Amino acid sequence: MKRRPVTRRVPSGARVRHCLRGLIVVADDPGSAAAATVRVGDQFVMTVAGLELLIARLAQLGYEVKGPVVRGGAVVPGIVASAAELPVGKRDEQSPGQYRLRDSGDGKFFSWAVGPGSWKAEFFPPVQEVWRARRDGDLLHFRETSAGPAPLAIVGARPCEIAAMEVQDKVLKDGAHRDPVYGDRREGAFIVVVECGFPASTCFCASMGTGPGIERGFDLALTEIDDADGHRFLGRVGTESACTALAGITYGPVSDADVEARVQVLEESSHRISRALDTDGLADVLVRNLDHPRWAEVAERCLSCANCTMVCPTCFCSDIRDVSDLAGGLERRRLWSSCFDLDHSYLHGGAVRQSVSSRYRQWMTHKLSTWWDQFDTSGCVGCGRCIAWCPVGIDITEEASVIAASDGAAATSDETKGGVA
Amino acid sequence: MTSSIAELVAAHPFMAGLSDDHLAVIVGCARNAAFDPGDLLCKEGASADTFYLLRRGRVSIDVHAPGRGPIVIETVGPGDVVGWSWLVPPYRWTFDARAKDAVGAVAFDGACLRTKLQDDPAFGLEMLSRVSSQLLARLQATRMRLLDLYGDHRER
Amino acid sequence: MSADVDRVLEREHVAGDRGAMTPALYRVVERIRETDDVTTLCLEPLSGTRMEFRPGQFNMLSAFGAGEAAISLSGSPRDPGPLRHTVRDVGPVTRTLSESGVGDLIGVRGPFGSDWQVGTQHLAGDALDRRDVVVVAGGIGLAPLRGAVDELVVASREGGGRVFLLVGAREPAQIVFNDDLESWARQGARVLVSVDRASSQWHGRVGLVTALLGDAGFEPANCRALLCGPEIMMRFTARALVDMGVDPEAILVSLERNMQCGLGWCGHCQLGPFLLCRDGPVLPYAGVVRELLNERER
Repeated sequence: MKRRPVTRRVPSGARVRHCLRGLIVVADDPGSAAAATVRVGDQFVMTVAGLELLIARLAQLGYEVKGPVVRGGAVVPGIVASAAELPVGKRDEQSPGQYRLRDSGDGKFFSWAVGPGSWKAEFFPPVQEVWRARRDGDLLHFRETSAGPAPLAIVGARPCEIAAMEVQDKVLKDGAHRDPVYGDRREGAFIVVVECGFPASTCFCASMGTGPGIERGFDLALTEIDDADGHRFLGRVGTESACTALAGITYGPVSDADVEARVQVLEESSHRISRALDTDGLADVLVRNLDHPRWAEVAERCLSCANCTMVCPTCFCSDIRDVSDLAGGLERRRLWSSCFDLDHSYLHGGAVRQSVSSRYRQWMTHKLSTWWDQFDTSGCVGCGRCIAWCPVGIDITEEASVIAASDGAAATSDETKGGVA
Repeated sequence: MTSSIAELVAAHPFMAGLSDDHLAVIVGCARNAAFDPGDLLCKEGASADTFYLLRRGRVSIDVHAPGRGPIVIETVGPGDVVGWSWLVPPYRWTFDARAKDAVGAVAFDGACLRTKLQDDPAFGLEMLSRVSSQLLARLQATRMRLLDLYGDHRER
Repeated sequence: MSADVDRVLEREHVAGDRGAMTPALYRVVERIRETDDVTTLCLEPLSGTRMEFRPGQFNMLSAFGAGEAAISLSGSPRDPGPLRHTVRDVGPVTRTLSESGVGDLIGVRGPFGSDWQVGTQHLAGDALDRRDVVVVAGGIGLAPLRGAVDELVVASREGGGRVFLLVGAREPAQIVFNDDLESWARQGARVLVSVDRASSQWHGRVGLVTALLGDAGFEPANCRALLCGPEIMMRFTARALVDMGVDPEAILVSLERNMQCGLGWCGHCQLGPFLLCRDGPVLPYAGVVRELLNERER
């Protein structure tokens, strides 16, 4: 279901009283000051040093700590051992078919939007061994892959990425069959989300109700603030696990100005969002325009390269392959696949969706329409990756609005023509 | 100089020998039609309300099946006719008819034709005789194709 | 992700112990060659009891080394014997399954999908469904219907609706389950068979299976229909039934798409709003399905 973006003004007074309760004095030496406990729902202020402490604390607690890092000119998921490894002072400029990472000229850690990789690969890896079997006489012994010993901590997920994880949960965890590797890894993960201050021009999270702010679905939420009162993070505690992670670490009190600063960040961020998708009635519009001439038009541009499905944080299609080796062992693998692959719809000697237009139509109608029928949610979180990483710059929001604006154009192209010869 | 609709209709083999009176009756239901390659003249399941005399270009009669693309049942060309379901309830196309080239045709409104067939029995008989003879020829050809004459006929 | 859990054979059938992607081990106890490319495999589990299933459902069968394929359960739930699957050889996995011999190990996951709704669980209170039942099977389509026809024929003898079975095949050598056809006819079902092309030995009907609808003898206004076969056949047969006056809501069809996991994870079996491994393969013809069947490349 669509979640409303965070733009509410926080009334001063009452809110601050709530925030001040349970908060503790800042110290750079965590052992020195008396540590009190935080509770779910509390707010606090964290310095940059505090962020460093948090990362170290998560590693001490046994998490494999990952976060956004810069590699190959883009922000991608990677191992994070210290805050310095985060994309400090970077700004991404994105547009259809374009991604550039530049210096922002400030010292902020999160003044960028999203990179090509999403956290999907952590829970649903591109190549995964499902089970391995070996022969024993004429019987088989199976060894099933489990989630692995070290749970994952993500420091620096974006609100749209949380929304995407929740969309994938409905497919791989909360349906009739639970994928144990996905489910265990998701449930064991510690997620620190950082609200967005600098959406790219490709972002349309506000239209999908997934950003730029976030209210739930995280262990910890941070909002980066850099103003006259200094460079700091306003934090919100989401879960008991977060309370455990913060125990013994000391943070600062939250003032009215801090709360107001967060509201400012989110308001400015919302104003920066320039792309929109009108979802009102869109699911129905798309499925009643299956013969719309726009599908043929977009097919003339689409390379069917599958980039959009690879960067999309909700796409979940996979191929199941059994692989054997000479020693008599057998492995079942699950690999990412894409509805743009010609053989994705292979049946009775050929593909059901042979034309590029039918495959583009499948992807877009699934993402924005039939996903609702299948999983009771939209498949799109408005991250805009498919727009930036499409080599020819196809924009899903533009395609949707063209079809919606000429709803029924299919009807006339269906009927037989009869122009004067 | 462009021909009139009446001249185009009279020139088509399906209408060979039609009297001037009957030609005048039928022309009232006729118009020129043109299609680009890939256009559908008939779409399976849609309401069948047109009868075509093909003048130029080829048309394939096909049916769609998942994994097999459009399967061509037959191809027809200049001098042939396309569309019979306008004549028989529930007046719905059974197959697709797809222009393979730039197609020029004379299109008759099905409802208009049906009314005229009923109103004028002599005209009706004239038209139905022509339709029957076309259908018979198609049926016999289809039956011959079922024999799979070129196949391996060893019985297993 | 390298930690493994060792699964030993003997623990495999403890409830909840086996992952959804791990097959249970069954052995081929009998194989029946139905036609030159259709084989029935009768399987028994290595341990534990045979799975419960309903006609219309399918299993994912692993031909170890070749892969896995969705295969219809063609047996009858009330038959206590081995688990029957009928396979058509159309690729490497189904070829390997078809060539399996007695004693071979086959992996089984399932049962998956929706069913033909012919069992006693579909009765409202004590009321038997007394409507005529028209079953139209094209080619290998009779396999997923076989268990349903068994149930319907038994129900018919106990006061349920009359059973009309219309079978279409390309030629006489392609007709499957000849013994069952005779048995059902002896038990009171009206069984009509038609082929597209005759052989010199064939003295039955020749023509499209839809041509059998006319003199089958069922009451269109008081019947339900189960259709299974090539999609074109189901589409044209459903239309013909509706034209005769059968309620579209009373027609069930069995749809097919690429199937790889059976669990609703892999996304291959999507057909518009449906995931066929979960919402199908058996679906009511009315509404969305009727439109879907008319759409191209969906």
